Amino acid sequence: MFKDSERLAYYAMILPGLLLLFAFTFVPLVYSVIAFQKFNPALGVQGSPWVGLDNILYMFSLRDARQVFFNTVLIATMKMAFVLVAAVTFALLLNEVRFLRIQRSIQTMVYLPHFLSWVILAGILRTILARDGMMNDFLGLFGVGPIYFLGQPNIFPWVIVFSDVWKEFGFEAIVYLAALTSIDPTLYEVAELDGANRVQKMRFISIPGIAPVIVLVACLSIGNVLNAGFDQIFNLYSPIVYSTGDIIDTYVYRIGLIQGQYSLGTAVGLFKTVVALILIGVSYWAASKFANYRIF
Amino acid sequence: MLHRNTTDRIVDYLITAFLLLVGVTALLPLVNTLAISLSDKAAVSGGMVGLIPVGFNLDAYGFILRDDKFWQAFGVSVLRVLLGGALNFVLAVLTAFPLSRSVQRFPARNVFMWLFVFGMILNVGIVPWYLTISGYRLLDSIWALVLPGAVPIWSVILLMNFFRSIPKELDEAARMDGANPWQLLWSIYLPTSLPALATITLFSIVGHWNSFFDGLILMNNPDNYPLQTYIQQLVIADRPALHGGQAALLAQLSNNTLNAAKLFVAMIPILLVYPLLQRYFIRGIMLGAVKE
Repeated sequence: MFKDSERLAYYAMILPGLLLLFAFTFVPLVYSVIAFQKFNPALGVQGSPWVGLDNILYMFSLRDARQVFFNTVLIATMKMAFVLVAAVTFALLLNEVRFLRIQRSIQTMVYLPHFLSWVILAGILRTILARDGMMNDFLGLFGVGPIYFLGQPNIFPWVIVFSDVWKEFGFEAIVYLAALTSIDPTLYEVAELDGANRVQKMRFISIPGIAPVIVLVACLSIGNVLNAGFDQIFNLYSPIVYSTGDIIDTYVYRIGLIQGQYSLGTAVGLFKTVVALILIGVSYWAASKFANYRIF
Repeated sequence: MLHRNTTDRIVDYLITAFLLLVGVTALLPLVNTLAISLSDKAAVSGGMVGLIPVGFNLDAYGFILRDDKFWQAFGVSVLRVLLGGALNFVLAVLTAFPLSRSVQRFPARNVFMWLFVFGMILNVGIVPWYLTISGYRLLDSIWALVLPGAVPIWSVILLMNFFRSIPKELDEAARMDGANPWQLLWSIYLPTSLPALATITLFSIVGHWNSFFDGLILMNNPDNYPLQTYIQQLVIADRPALHGGQAALLAQLSNNTLNAAKLFVAMIPILLVYPLLQRYFIRGIMLGAVKE
């Protein structure tokens, strides 16, 4: 008797969340069928004509779409690589700082950009990277520039990658710092007795100590190679740099919602969703195989 | 640590100095924005302002104080943080608790768990998402900003893991006294989970304060924009018409000065909760990411 009432209570608790999950995650999935229609908002999903795979095939024939796919993977991969290297390096160096209060102050400084939105950070970057901004003033001291950071297709992806490093490297370092502090200190003491120097201790104790975490982060990032950072690019790009800076999410937004090609936008989005689901599956599989990770 | 020689100590100082330099550099862009917001119009348009204000004045901030559009957007943001944060909190707790139970106690637990995780990784794309919300007739309503993300699945998982780490003895003891699941949640699980609850609440607050894109596509009337969307339209999309207030005063200020001041004011709430963020976010990351 008690068991039934207990179960009933659990169903009652989970019901509101479940309803919202259906309303805002699974209902949109149903709307995705317009990828196979020539959708007309006036006719609705039921009234719009079906066109089979036309939108999908059309998408593959678009040169834009292929370029956008390439840009997305390139930017996302470069971001992950650079953020990872910066975060690991930062964690290893910070671990060498003996003055705890300074260590904490440095963390306070580098974590801050993580909590600010890309709207704010892009507003700031647009000022700093302008032709007469602080960055070009600084480069001018060395006789370089002025450089049009946000207006040159060959430079723009690097601006995206390095501004992402600026925002995230400190915060990403947290997991590595945690792994470093959990290394048994006697390992270092024994190594010192054997005459190991700083670099050797780093090479043979610290780096192996955080290697599992690096593997885990690398595995989980597989699921993100199609996420190049909509908020960031949307707030920094312009038509001049579409050739190298336009990514799937910004492209879908423009063709789908701005130009009103609902079906094409949905088709591109759906393609991304399917590939992303496969990648996330691969990433969780890799994370559980190589790093013993379980999400729950 | 054992004996440290002079070279070791010099290297210590070099590393410390280098990292301090990195830290300070990370903050320079913010300092530059603050300096521009406090500078004279002419100095800003001449590109003369670096890290120190030139022709110090508070005109831009005075202008913002009297700018109705800015405070309207600020109000929408505060409302979405309060409403959205409260919804996120209640739904995270109510969803996480049943999911934290064993399959013996709640046989459907695994099915629901997979549904929520699938919901989290499934990203259907912006067009169907927009059509759904527009189909519910939520456009231009505050509910469009808080309902779609009302179940914060990542927070649910974090909280669920936290609930599971609470000793079973507490649970059993309360059951002996005849407590039902609601009483268990209320008198055992919530009071012992305060750090995790603080973490997920901060997640919600920062998330709601920082999001701009839902406001951009779901609000047709600029009067309904939350602050980040308002700033995005003003600073990024360059629609100066959104600057409210008196035209005469606006003429004395450069757009750059005013924009910088608005960026800075939008940062202030985050700066105010920053000490808490640092403490609880880090704990949250450890709970979520590094678990055996």
